[in-house]
Amino acid sequence: MVQLTLPKNSQPKKGKTWPKPSGSNVREFHIYRYDPDSGDNPRIDTYFVDLDDCGPMVLDALLYIKDKVDPTLTLRRSCREGICGSCAMNIGGLNTLACTKGIDEFKGPINVYPLPHMPVVKDLVPDLTNFYAQHRSIKPWLQTKTPEPRTEWLQAREDREKLDGLYECILCACCSTSCPSYWWNGDRYLGPAVLLQAYRWLIDSRDEATGERLDDLEDPFRLYRCHTIMNCTNTCPKGLNPAKAIGEIKKMMVERAV
Amino acid sequence: MSFRTPLSRVTGLGSAKSGTEHFWNQRLTALANVPLMLFSVWLVISLVGADRAQMVATFANPFITGFAILAIVSASIHMRLGLQVVIEDYVHTESTKWLLLMLNSFFAFGVAIIATVSLLKLSFGG
Repeated sequence: MVQLTLPKNSQPKKGKTWPKPSGSNVREFHIYRYDPDSGDNPRIDTYFVDLDDCGPMVLDALLYIKDKVDPTLTLRRSCREGICGSCAMNIGGLNTLACTKGIDEFKGPINVYPLPHMPVVKDLVPDLTNFYAQHRSIKPWLQTKTPEPRTEWLQAREDREKLDGLYECILCACCSTSCPSYWWNGDRYLGPAVLLQAYRWLIDSRDEATGERLDDLEDPFRLYRCHTIMNCTNTCPKGLNPAKAIGEIKKMMVERAV
Repeated sequence: MSFRTPLSRVTGLGSAKSGTEHFWNQRLTALANVPLMLFSVWLVISLVGADRAQMVATFANPFITGFAILAIVSASIHMRLGLQVVIEDYVHTESTKWLLLMLNSFFAFGVAIIATVSLLKLSFGG
């Protein structure tokens, strides 16, 4: 059976409460901490952030903690403007990017956990090896058989518009790790992010491998584990609609079979 | 310890190149079930309190028996496909999964055949 509860050594315990700074504008953060080297269970540490001394986003608060309170707090971040996808994590119960999520969007203490149901490397850093390999498996590049033109491959404006809402995906994995079907069958189901990327190449007018791409996706697990739960669309920090992209792939499958 | 690459693990045994028929049949039977279930509910309610003679008279009508059989067959196919997905989703021990998938098929076919034969028997006068 699928594992519905965490194994004993993965269940988070109450952790340390760090000192509260003086000041009237202080916000409480509960942050998931896990150190694989210690052999201890994960723990939830409580931190206090002086919002008058901190930027407006959750990432600013995390960096405030790392810089001024606890340098051992481990997280990924890079662009701090929602384009690299590194700081994807579960904030206040929803997967999102720490850099584009405002602290003022929450009331009371803010819970910060790593992306759900992924192996944790340390603290807020999940192991996305499988996710990246799945992306690689759909061959996310232009495939053509016609000899290359001397200049670029041309594309009509209306064909280019079909890529809108798809090319913006930054592969942060918020959607895939919010999907229960991906939790239970992530080894075989490709998940919403990778399927959205697959659709991005399926409807690219310049691509000549549409049939092969559909062949590779036509599988009870790779594609059809999507049960339109819609968590993916609900959580996407870029406002994209992976569920619709998956629906479009299913339509293409039926179209070529019926 | 395995030295298989992540890509090798992900591609696994390759695509099954099936699943669309399953998907399509599930939708098709879902659509068919809407009128067929309404018909079934109407049929059951209309027969409340009926004695055997009235039952036999009702099911002597080939349209009534025909639609009742269609309802049974469509619902059984839909049930089999739906439960198959549930089993595949949640049961990950291979032996248990195969056993449950087989039992699921046997149950669905069994229900459909026994109900159909019963309806036909009634239809031909019991």
